[in-house]
Amino acid sequence: MALARAEAGPTPSRLFVRRYLLPAAGILALLLAWEIYIHVFRVPHYLVPAPSVIGWTLIEEWPTIRRNVGRTLVEAVGGFLLGNGFAVVLAIVFVHSPTVQRFLYPVAVAIRTVPIIAIAPILVLLLGNGYAPKVVIAALISFFPTLVNMVRGLEAVEPSALELMRVLSANRRQIFFKLRLPSSLPFLFSALKIATASCVIGAIVAEWVGADTGLGYLIIVATFEFRTGLLYATTAVGSFLALSFFLAVVLLEKAIVRWKPETPPT
Amino acid sequence: MTFSTPAGPVQALANASLTIAPREFVSLLGPSGCGKSTLLRLVADILVPTEGRIEVGGEPPGVARRRRAFGFVFQDSTLLPWRNALQNVLLPLEIGGDARRGRPDALALLELVGLRGFEEAYPWQLSGGMRQRVAIARALITRPQVLLMDEPFGALDEITREHMNQELLRIWEATGTTILFVTHSSPEAVFLSDRVLVLGARPGRVKLELPIELPRPRDPAVKETVEFARHTAALRRVLAGEARPE
Repeated sequence: MALARAEAGPTPSRLFVRRYLLPAAGILALLLAWEIYIHVFRVPHYLVPAPSVIGWTLIEEWPTIRRNVGRTLVEAVGGFLLGNGFAVVLAIVFVHSPTVQRFLYPVAVAIRTVPIIAIAPILVLLLGNGYAPKVVIAALISFFPTLVNMVRGLEAVEPSALELMRVLSANRRQIFFKLRLPSSLPFLFSALKIATASCVIGAIVAEWVGADTGLGYLIIVATFEFRTGLLYATTAVGSFLALSFFLAVVLLEKAIVRWKPETPPT
Repeated sequence: MTFSTPAGPVQALANASLTIAPREFVSLLGPSGCGKSTLLRLVADILVPTEGRIEVGGEPPGVARRRRAFGFVFQDSTLLPWRNALQNVLLPLEIGGDARRGRPDALALLELVGLRGFEEAYPWQLSGGMRQRVAIARALITRPQVLLMDEPFGALDEITREHMNQELLRIWEATGTTILFVTHSSPEAVFLSDRVLVLGARPGRVKLELPIELPRPRDPAVKETVEFARHTAALRRVLAGEARPE
């Protein structure tokens, strides 16, 4: 009987507690501890504001924040699409042409090794103050991890599956669409999930260098004007932006990758 | 028979000469590395020999492959995890460009291999034996002239394996296909085959060609007969002489 109960697993309500309530309680506990600490030790608000103060600032300054968050969202999503799109296309080319791979891989690695923060001013110089340099930086930052993962995914095909395709006399296009592309999807999505957060970071860093709107711009302004509440509120919004973006990609993955990968990518 | 690898030419099979009649069930038996899987891949035109000659129905393997004369069953089922059982069985027809007409055939084959009701199941929802059943149905969908099987039940547990052996005989008799079967189990080879070829260690040569004179249809009771024991003993003696000192 004990065995049967063990196999039945937790009841739905306990599952709900474990999956949603416990993580939410963890975050609430952290915020509560923070709030209490600020009040007990009388930390001045211009140094570290209490969560309640940040919450109020968020409500009061919402029109300002909303105007700036839209800009950063467009830059981050634009960079995400550009960088990942380019990485996927290049990975497909690499897998089909070892010559091109040997020729261009060092270039890809070189792009990776350049510190993004260092080339941000260069790009602003080259591309001006508008969307372009932010999108390019967000694209650069997400490009390399996706390239590496996508190449790995396209090559992570079992040798016997390729032998099967040979016996079936499949052409290259069929091998790609029926075998390589589907088996690469779990790898692609694990890279895309990383890219969501880095694209938002890329856009914000680019805005530090030169912008008149955006969360990065707002962070700089809030810092120089000692509006610590606004600084924290903006940071929280940036974090929320990256989180929503991440969740959107997770939902997309769940809709597309419905099978269990044989070797789950790390 | 020699074939080239990135490391240079390798002679995998010497004097391996073999003729298989239509509807015959032939097993290749031998220790690991004797070239039995290689031979199977040469027949299927997965590997191309640099010397030697193979003909399938009077044609070179490449020509036979392109007119889809082969069904191949691998040791691991090699099902595509994003396709359900039916979609996996239909894959060869999709690649050949005639999947639409094949649906009734695919359903009939799934029924033949005992998977009626599992058409919508994904590979991860199926047991190892069931996955191999899907793989067999997929190999049969093109109505191949020859079914090539590379240790198809090697990864299964003993009970499932014995059951699958019986099922394979039933499927073979129902479809009337020719089977070339690779295994390293003597009882399995004797139970299934009309003829067993024992290959020696590298470079593989045929050490023994043993016709199996057991009546058909066979059921597991045949394994308890003296005749069965005599056949397996003959194979075992040759294999024991071939075991390489480690």
